[in-house]
Amino acid sequence: MQAVLYDGSWYGFMAAVFDVYDYRFTDVSVCPADRFNGHLFSEPHRVYTDEKKAKRVAAGLLNKISEDASAQLYRCFLSGDAAIEETLLAYIRYALSSGPSVESDFSHPAVIKVTQIAKKVWREQHRMEAFVRFQKTADGLFYAIIEPDHDVLPLIAKHFKNRYADQRWLIYDARRRYGLSHEDGGVSFIEVSFAEGSTSARDVAHVYDASEDLYQKLWKQYMTSVNIAARKNLRLQVQHMPRRYWKYMPEIGG
Amino acid sequence: MSDRILEKLSILADAAKYDVSCSSSGSKRTNEGGLGNAEGMGICHAYTEDGRCVSLLKILLTNQCVFDCAYCVSRKSNDVRRAAFTVREVVDLTINFYRRNYIEGLFLSSGIFSSPDITMERLVRIARTLRREENFHGYIHLKTIPGASDELLREAGLYADRLSVNIEMPTKESLALLAPDKKQEDVLRPMAFLNESIQASRDEARSLKTAPLFVPAGQSTQMVIGATPENDWQILKLSDGFYRKLNLKRVYYSGYVPISNDNRLPAIGTPVPMVRENRLYQADWLMRRYNFTVDELVTPADPFLDMQIDPKLQWALRNMHLFPVDINTADLETIQRIPGIGLQSARRIWEARKFRKLTWEHLKSFRIAANRARHFITLQGDGPRKDLTPLQIRSHILAGAHSKYTANHSPQLPLF
Ligand code: SF4
Repeated sequence: MQAVLYDGSWYGFMAAVFDVYDYRFTDVSVCPADRFNGHLFSEPHRVYTDEKKAKRVAAGLLNKISEDASAQLYRCFLSGDAAIEETLLAYIRYALSSGPSVESDFSHPAVIKVTQIAKKVWREQHRMEAFVRFQKTADGLFYAIIEPDHDVLPLIAKHFKNRYADQRWLIYDARRRYGLSHEDGGVSFIEVSFAEGSTSARDVAHVYDASEDLYQKLWKQYMTSVNIAARKNLRLQVQHMPRRYWKYMPEIGG
Repeated sequence: MSDRILEKLSILADAAKYDVSCSSSGSKRTNEGGLGNAEGMGICHAYTEDGRCVSLLKILLTNQCVFDCAYCVSRKSNDVRRAAFTVREVVDLTINFYRRNYIEGLFLSSGIFSSPDITMERLVRIARTLRREENFHGYIHLKTIPGASDELLREAGLYADRLSVNIEMPTKESLALLAPDKKQEDVLRPMAFLNESIQASRDEARSLKTAPLFVPAGQSTQMVIGATPENDWQILKLSDGFYRKLNLKRVYYSGYVPISNDNRLPAIGTPVPMVRENRLYQADWLMRRYNFTVDELVTPADPFLDMQIDPKLQWALRNMHLFPVDINTADLETIQRIPGIGLQSARRIWEARKFRKLTWEHLKSFRIAANRARHFITLQGDGPRKDLTPLQIRSHILAGAHSKYTANHSPQLPLF
């Protein structure tokens, strides 16, 4: 088996696909270099992340499948699931080898798998759009922390940019240690480093805007008041809003 | 200051919570450099302990009311604390909740504190302030006050994404019994007026690109279920009329929560009819999305939905002559009507079988509810047992799965 190592980025993966075809690797395992278990393989092939190669693969795919389907592949990639590359490569091989689009061939194992993983990531993307909670700091920045299972920050950028067009905000993924920042109408990804020992935004409480505490209280009060005790159904609540998200939600956990 | 606003919020959110609508979907409002947008699907930002979606800041402007509707906590004769927000307070709450990503927008209703017009004018003023002064493009749902003038309704429609007029009770008689100050015409007339205005603005938008939005998410209504003796056939017939004749976007069913010792109503402590409410929503969904007619689901002779199995399964068991269906050849609408197969899996089946004949393994990978579906389909000659009666199929299915409500909220079972 031939190991193909890439840098862990989406472009890197697309470049890896290019190499798989270019070198005519058949029995192949594509994986991020930092997850590579060297004992299993001899002489791995290292992919150079060349944007041109990546774009050729992307364009080649678009000759075969729709933009929606190719967006699904990207979503799938962001799942971070173990051996996701294997599933994606199986799909891509099938798509490129076939004449008509295979994207609706749900009875093909790779197609149904990609569809289901993409759906899972899509669900978390929408949960993040719903469950992000901003806190206003004294200098007017709206700041939120998330810890999603999948790397959805790139997927939610557009939603928050459209919605909070006139607002300075920052969403920080504490698990992957990077953030999405919106200043002066543009969004950018940024690395944030906290001082030693203070990895969480809980520690920046003293920099909150004077009104922040009041609005959190009002929000908690609101959530208590709209509840109808006679209809209590905690199971349903948790089903919609799994506990792992509660940490940063002031009305319930945070 | 902050204590007073907290107290107001607790009173006026509590009084608004019996209006079950919290939808923020279906609008087309985009952000124009300000705050917020209301396009697309709508988002549930939180869930209460009762498992209901919180999408909007749902409050009353005031719970003072000159009317005395028996089913309502804000009725004149009820001994409750009263409060009223100022316009500025509602605007500030909305904007500050929205900026923190707590909500999709505002759902504002009110008790009638003096005349209907004065009340409605205040609601409109809040919406106008949000749109014009705060440059807010998030979702706004206004409840229209029965008896308010057409001019105010029209202005409300320019700012609101959705307007609703609640029918409250399924029949005139029940409304007369429980809401002596209201007449059904007071509800139906503004609904008809809004429908005409909405259709007219759609026509205008077709010829004129710059036509202003007018209630882009349409109108909705709500009726209280279980406070009065109407059956499900009557209720669904009424909903059907709203959808067909008045183009309503949604009808909401609110299981009556006992709040009073009034002997015209179920006593305090009577369970909320949640299973029935759920079955009505399922039937409503089948009408709107699967093209079922009311009479396929319930009939005057058999006017109640079965509480133990969902309405689609009920329909299938009454129509066994239409089954089993061959998954590899049936048309899409027929596949959609198979119990245990939803709209999405039906579409997947229909797309996937163009590539190869489907087997049980494929169907399972589409996550259909096989326990139900297997009684109604054939796959490459492999079909269900033929010797089972509908009643036996029903009990097989019930034995294999229990409704998500039975554990928590089974209706009171008789002892014998
Ligand atoms: S008019 Fe509205 S607020 Fe007043 S009592 Fe009737 S339902 Fe309640």
